[in-house]
Amino acid sequence: MIWINLAGLALIGFIVWWFWIYQPPGQAVTEDNILILVDDGVYQPAHLTLPAGKPVRLSFLRKDASPCAESVIFPTLDISQRLPTGQTKTIALPALEPGKYPFHCQMQMYRGSLTVKA
Amino acid sequence: MTTTTTHQELLIEGAGCASCVNKIETALQQVAGVEQAQMNFAQRTVSVEGSAAPADLIAAVEAAGYGATPVNSESETEAQAEREAAQQAHYRRLLRNMMLALGLGIPLMLYGLLGGDMAVNTGGQRLGWLLVGGLTLLVLVVAGRHFFVGAWRSFQHHSANMDTLIALGTGTAWLYSMVVVLFPHWLPDMARHVYFEASAMIIGLINLGQALELRARGRTSEAVKRLIGLQAKTARVLRDGEEQDVPIAAVQRGDRVRVRPGEKFPVDGEVLEGSSNVDESMLTGEPMPVSKGPGDEVAAGTLNQSGSLVFSASRVGADTALARIISMVRQAQNAKPPIGRLADVIAGYFVPSIMIVAVVSALAWLNFGPAPALAFAVVAATTVLIIACPCALGLATPMSVMVGVGKAAESGILIRRGEALQTASRISALVLDKTGTITEGAPRVTEVVASGDWDREQLVQLAAGLEQGSEHPLAAAILDYARERALTPATVEAFAAVTGQGITGRWQQRRLAFGNAKLMAQQGVALEAVTDQARQLAEAAMTPMYLAVEDSLAGIIAVADPIKPDSAAAIGRLQQAGVKVLMISGDNQATAAAVARQVGLDDFFAEVLPEDKARHVENLQQQGEVVGMVGDGINDAPALARADVGFAIGAGADVAIESADITLMRGSLHGVADAIAISRATLRNIKQNLFGAFIYNVAGVPVAAGVLYPVFGWLLSPVIAGAAMAFSSVTVVTNANRLRWFQPRRAEQEQ
Repeated sequence: MIWINLAGLALIGFIVWWFWIYQPPGQAVTEDNILILVDDGVYQPAHLTLPAGKPVRLSFLRKDASPCAESVIFPTLDISQRLPTGQTKTIALPALEPGKYPFHCQMQMYRGSLTVKA
Repeated sequence: MTTTTTHQELLIEGAGCASCVNKIETALQQVAGVEQAQMNFAQRTVSVEGSAAPADLIAAVEAAGYGATPVNSESETEAQAEREAAQQAHYRRLLRNMMLALGLGIPLMLYGLLGGDMAVNTGGQRLGWLLVGGLTLLVLVVAGRHFFVGAWRSFQHHSANMDTLIALGTGTAWLYSMVVVLFPHWLPDMARHVYFEASAMIIGLINLGQALELRARGRTSEAVKRLIGLQAKTARVLRDGEEQDVPIAAVQRGDRVRVRPGEKFPVDGEVLEGSSNVDESMLTGEPMPVSKGPGDEVAAGTLNQSGSLVFSASRVGADTALARIISMVRQAQNAKPPIGRLADVIAGYFVPSIMIVAVVSALAWLNFGPAPALAFAVVAATTVLIIACPCALGLATPMSVMVGVGKAAESGILIRRGEALQTASRISALVLDKTGTITEGAPRVTEVVASGDWDREQLVQLAAGLEQGSEHPLAAAILDYARERALTPATVEAFAAVTGQGITGRWQQRRLAFGNAKLMAQQGVALEAVTDQARQLAEAAMTPMYLAVEDSLAGIIAVADPIKPDSAAAIGRLQQAGVKVLMISGDNQATAAAVARQVGLDDFFAEVLPEDKARHVENLQQQGEVVGMVGDGINDAPALARADVGFAIGAGADVAIESADITLMRGSLHGVADAIAISRATLRNIKQNLFGAFIYNVAGVPVAAGVLYPVFGWLLSPVIAGAAMAFSSVTVVTNANRLRWFQPRRAEQEQ
């Protein structure tokens, strides 16, 4: 029984680490227009690292027809856009200050982030 | 990029002759990747087949000496139709998945309910359940595929969502059941129970829930759909002396466009020829048709009723008022008021937390549960995973905002941000600008009083004669009054304007003076006989102007900015809603007091300079009021921006007002009362949804974990949890849809 309990606690520890503590490395952005695929519950790529002071365009291609994927929201940038199914929707971002800018769907199931580095 | 053949349309500028066609087509055909280029001269468009990039095509046209812009080949209407078709396909897929899963789940569940043995003890049972297990796997793979794929992909990305919960829940139930079937001897007798029906039922019910949700969601965006439906598909353009029907995307600024009776205006513009009545109710909510003639502005989407008109296109495509309204409403519908932020934060941590709760409850059952502890642990963990619904939490705010903002747009109220929606519901004091907001904004002659031997017609003729050359705003009121009554202005000579007092002149060798009491005093005209009358007029918010011939008074013409007929009623509604209504005006104390009394205001500030309006708003805020400010959006910009919520009133087709949070298309103050009523109803709806979603999860998860078992012996079945979860999000969307039936005025009458 003790082993089962320990396994359970280890599982909890794993959940906390995997979903909350672990910080996925951002994919460095070099070009000025990135295609982000919206499908199967994830943005791909979801975590982007970009240089400060350079405007960038994000093109979201939504393949998931379920309403969850319907909009993308950048809460700190006050941007919210509806994504049409099967089409790309380009969002032009201004040059940003260094920092972390999360983005997600209406229900926060799809999640991603922009990390702007000086 | 892609190398597939696509169809592109370009709009060509500067192509004035038929020979240009050849030149442009040849230039385009030389671009790498172009298979065919064909120009439609009448429409000034060229369609290109091939894999060339749009930028290369434009460059080629420009190199040939013309201008080109890409035409969004599909109109809003077509895009909308495409979206709907995609949604319909998704809906059918969900229903098919549901039928497949329930087709297996319902018979299995009935078998269990009717006393069938769900345990695995004999060899025959093992074989039978092995077959059912295989069928269930098929259901999971076919009908539940998207949950599993989504769960795995999110897991790889270190995130978890609703798919994760469903995949874990149904997967756990299936795996446990398969262990029971394949290795029954690993488990105690009592724990040899299979839960295949739970996996199949849950997948079926959740697909059903998503299908219903999709249906209900479609209705939440009806307001925008209706606005898109207002757009005409083609326009009748006069080019080169010919009338041609062209798609509205091809209409250019400056085009002459004909609109016949019964047709909708395709783009915004200014009337050149003809006169007609135009129904603008779809944009402004104003039911009375407006008469239009040369020089008047017309807006896309409005309906031409009686005569044929030719107008010059001034704003086309995405610049028309209608297109801007649509994009504004869409933008606001996606916005989130602050009340939703807590739910967002919770939603972010929700799924991993539920996974932890599931592990904890399984451990609790294993440690302290009665036999068969393992079976109980599996049921509890599965039920916890399935019943938790992050969707209801995440949907609560956006669904209501979508319906509320759409509802407002239908009444001619454009809400710019989600925050304004929430703040408008809390307004405790509303400051109204006087001129143009409570009143019509244009002074009119309201009373003519003749003295001595003079009659009223003569008085008006003389005054109109004097004012003919004047540019004073009051002069227009007098000239209009004379024109309306077909009175010819008298021939007056030797005008002289006396600044701040009035005007003097000569008529048939007699001296005339027309102006205020100061002018009369200066001219030595006695006013004692009419002092009472003048006071009465001032008390009724009218400005008396005296007309003197030689040294004696001929009469009084009173001018006033009339109060809009429905201002008092709208102010009454606001006060009934518990809002303190104040007025701010540059007028003198007496006029302001008169207006305030007539419409029943709580308080007023008179003789306020435009730049001081914002300060008054600030003072009210310091007294703890949530202040709404209503003004025309131009002079009042600083005060509108300063207020907690700024309302720009009477924008009509001109929606470019940036300083206001809420724009009212119609001039009536009822719009403000409606906006506050709708925002309150929307906030109430959001609160109901959030409360429902919180209570559902807070109550549902512990019950699923089995906290009631020690007391009542209750443990939820995973199937019930699946049904509850599927319908919790449907309930949220349905509740939000109730807002569509909200009628601000009826709701108040019932109170």
